[in-house]
Amino acid sequence: MIEKKFPIKGFKEGLLITLGEGDWGTVALTLLTQIDDKPDFFKGAKIAVDVGERVVHAAEMGLLRDKLSERGVSLFAVISKSNLTESVAETLGLSTHKSLLKDRGENIINASMDGEKAVLLQKTLRSGMSVKYPGHVVIDGDVNPGSEIVAGGSIYIWGKLRGTATAGADGSESAVICALDFNPAGMRIAHIVKEGQLIKLKIKKNPQKAFIHNGTIALSDWKQDNPLK
Amino acid sequence: MAAKTITITSGKGGVGKTTATANLAVALANLGQKVVCIDSDIGLRNLDVVLGLENRIVYDLVDVIEGRCRIKQAMIRDKRFVELHLIPAAQTRDKNAVSPSDMVKLVDELRDEVDWIIIDSPAGIERGFRNAIAPADEIIIVTNPDVSAVRDADRIIGIIEAEQKGPGKLILNRINPHMIQRGDMMDASDVLDLLAVKLVGLVPEDEHVIASSNIGKPVVLDEKSKAGQAFRNIARRLMGDEIPFMDLEIKEDLLHRLSKVFKSGVN
Repeated sequence: MIEKKFPIKGFKEGLLITLGEGDWGTVALTLLTQIDDKPDFFKGAKIAVDVGERVVHAAEMGLLRDKLSERGVSLFAVISKSNLTESVAETLGLSTHKSLLKDRGENIINASMDGEKAVLLQKTLRSGMSVKYPGHVVIDGDVNPGSEIVAGGSIYIWGKLRGTATAGADGSESAVICALDFNPAGMRIAHIVKEGQLIKLKIKKNPQKAFIHNGTIALSDWKQDNPLK
Repeated sequence: MAAKTITITSGKGGVGKTTATANLAVALANLGQKVVCIDSDIGLRNLDVVLGLENRIVYDLVDVIEGRCRIKQAMIRDKRFVELHLIPAAQTRDKNAVSPSDMVKLVDELRDEVDWIIIDSPAGIERGFRNAIAPADEIIIVTNPDVSAVRDADRIIGIIEAEQKGPGKLILNRINPHMIQRGDMMDASDVLDLLAVKLVGLVPEDEHVIASSNIGKPVVLDEKSKAGQAFRNIARRLMGDEIPFMDLEIKEDLLHRLSKVFKSGVN
């Protein structure tokens, strides 16, 4: 059998072990062998395992947790790209990427300042898609023609804006709409509406910010006056 | 043998789905592949006409699904290629005669018999479209370089991503290099900039396409046609060959620029 060791990283909560490819039985065995090789190092350790994209069933994960605890190692978290695995981990009372992030996020806000409700979407909104959220909306992707965003707060788009955008839907006049490439089909801030430019074949790309000024929607260069700063 | 199932779709009508299906099927058959194409546009069948097989239809897709005939009985053999077959759509029924699981079952029965199953989807995003994409291993979206066709393609890509069938591949059909040069048409990079999917073919606008569709002889069999060449290239890309794209607009642009440089040099 090939000698194999999984990479280990230390972090605040404990050790993160990234499990490699292979079927779950072999991977679990390799991990246990790795621990048995250095029992003193691992004794009393809290570990999180990164299982990648694989789907791990409750019985398999529970067995691993038990085997680890026989060795004095406590499994406290499972990091996975699979939603199914994450929910299995949560039912076993283990932390997951989602819950870890949530805990940390709350810590940061408690430690320094009040945050505001916002949602981050790392995807492109295609025609026919709609995002509605009572807080701020941040999109890392494009907002294509035929799609829409309705936000109670402001809208920040790290990409192209070609669809329609409504900010301050709850009536907040301080809301803004920003995009790296600002060419919406239409926009609304609070109760004020502004038409976009008609679709042209070639559009000049310009990072802009829309905001309410003297009762109308004004546009300014997002580079010179960065609202994120 | 495990066939690869490709569904050709577009959202918007009239962009060239049926033309693309017929030409890819014929081009793959011409490369020695066993191909079945399925017309899933029930009620508005066309693929039989483009392939020149409309006079041979006895049984159709709905007959197979409703158990009136075996699948082999509905497979019409092409006149030119013995390994190319068509399962035609029913003309007197509508899309509700078929369900997505019917399509999956039908395609599963064919998988061991052939190399390629190519499904021609109806326009739209309703039942017929859902039927067509249900059994697909891969989806090819056909669009034209115009604003409304591209927007519909964007919608389709969003749906197939949501159905985890995506992201799909793109054929940009009916490109007119002269219009692009005049600034009256989006070029390929404008379209790809918006759609952000993998390109599998650039097909120029070509009068031969309509002429050959009308006589039931797909343009891919016409050695002189540029569109035919483009479809032959797509078929080879589907087979896994690396074929450079026909640089339709870029080539013209470059020639134009070179001639300008040359002229200014002379003057």
